[in-house]
Amino acid sequence: MKHLLGTDTLSREDAVLILDTAAQMAATQEREMRKLPTLRGRTVVNLFFEDSTRTRISFEAAAKRLSADVINFSAKGSSLSKGESLKDTALTLQAMGADAVVVRHWASGAAQRLAESDWMAGHVLNAGDGTHQHPTQALLDAFTIRRHLVGGGTDAEATGKALEGLTVAIVGDILHSRVAGSNIPLLKTLGANVVVVAPPTLLPYGMAARTDIAVHYTLDEAIEAHDIDAIMMLRVQRERMTGGGSGFFPSPEEYTRLFGLDAERFARLADHAIVLHPGPMNRGLEISAEAADHPRSVIVEQVSNGVAVRMAALYLLLAGEEASA
Amino acid sequence: MSGTVLGAPDIARALTRIAHEILERNEGHESLVLLGIPTRGVPLAARLAKRIAEVEPGFDAAANAGALDITMYRDDLRLQPTRTIGETTLPPAGIDDATVVLVDDVFHTGRTIRAALDAIKDLGRPRAVQLAVLVDRGHRELPIRADFVGKNLPTSKSERVDVHLEETDGVDEVLISRRAADTATGEAGE
Repeated sequence: MKHLLGTDTLSREDAVLILDTAAQMAATQEREMRKLPTLRGRTVVNLFFEDSTRTRISFEAAAKRLSADVINFSAKGSSLSKGESLKDTALTLQAMGADAVVVRHWASGAAQRLAESDWMAGHVLNAGDGTHQHPTQALLDAFTIRRHLVGGGTDAEATGKALEGLTVAIVGDILHSRVAGSNIPLLKTLGANVVVVAPPTLLPYGMAARTDIAVHYTLDEAIEAHDIDAIMMLRVQRERMTGGGSGFFPSPEEYTRLFGLDAERFARLADHAIVLHPGPMNRGLEISAEAADHPRSVIVEQVSNGVAVRMAALYLLLAGEEASA
Repeated sequence: MSGTVLGAPDIARALTRIAHEILERNEGHESLVLLGIPTRGVPLAARLAKRIAEVEPGFDAAANAGALDITMYRDDLRLQPTRTIGETTLPPAGIDDATVVLVDDVFHTGRTIRAALDAIKDLGRPRAVQLAVLVDRGHRELPIRADFVGKNLPTSKSERVDVHLEETDGVDEVLISRRAADTATGEAGE
């Protein structure tokens, strides 16, 4: 692997390797001494054109735990806000000797543009591009699901395994969500059944016609029709809803009534079912406080797993021989 | 020289002798921990622990044998294709104040052991660290020596030493062969 741009081009073999490596990384994070010397002398640049706190600090923590040097480059208060082009920024990073660039951009395809250009030689990790992909989020979701539901809850038993036979429901704004954009292909690659629950206005064109995905227009209908093992609640992205006013659904109250996960709906899920959320949550909108704080909610665990998965991605891209770079 | 240099009975005898030497050197099994370096050091550590338990019934072989993966501490990561990270398993009580015996199959340049010492430093503070190897083939590149050696095997750098074990390869044997110039990398337990 040279870059990590999306999950749609990720082979099953590579995806499982990332999950297995993440399990070993997670084990190192339970020690007293959590820093590893592995990427000493390497430089990782966090290039964030869009605000993000959790993804950026997660990548920063991951790089630092592996002893890489981290440079944070964010749009606010930098030349990026003065209108510098992606190309000139990339040339600057190349001149600074960046071994890897973690890029978050408002435009879909920005990470790929950076990777395929000859502007810089380093590895590119996509940390979210527009409404397109957010591969490390999907990988940490898959890792969290595997930890809980595969191999009886032990990393050793889960090693080498995918998510065969599990049913994962993704609920919410599929249209604008890069989390869904990365999760759907990855879950399919790993052999899980994917159930999508969304208002028709928030489904990408053509998704309802796909035969490999079950689509439902209310959460109750989906809970009735499937034995859901893991349910992933997507954030209602207020900033993306403003484009068409409240055009995508009539009111937040109606959204909550049809798509919100509350204690009553949680009780109708199987006893082993877990709930995920990429954060930040809108409590009371897509998820109730009871569901968010439920013992089978793994939302906080997703954050620590995120660091392990990002350590794995950085290790697999950066640790190998120079010749392939 | 090529062919099989150690067979299953030779390996068994060498391990039994090393187990006794470990006990002799440490005057018993108190706070003894055996950590194998993946891949083939791990079953060797388990076998040594089992032999120690046969002599000293108070020694818990399962609890005091583990694995120490050193991949993330190697000094040649950038010279090789990306390596898969192995598992590290420690005794429940950790390795603080223990006598840790590192176990590996082939002792060669000493770089693996250098990395293992760094890895141990991050895991705790053992009272002492010792090294047991099945085969010492020489060509050290660092000032590191083994405390317990199954067999000293003088080799030339152009030769290749392969250890096969029942647990990983289905058969116990140590092979020596002349390696082709183009397969000069990927040697086991360098």
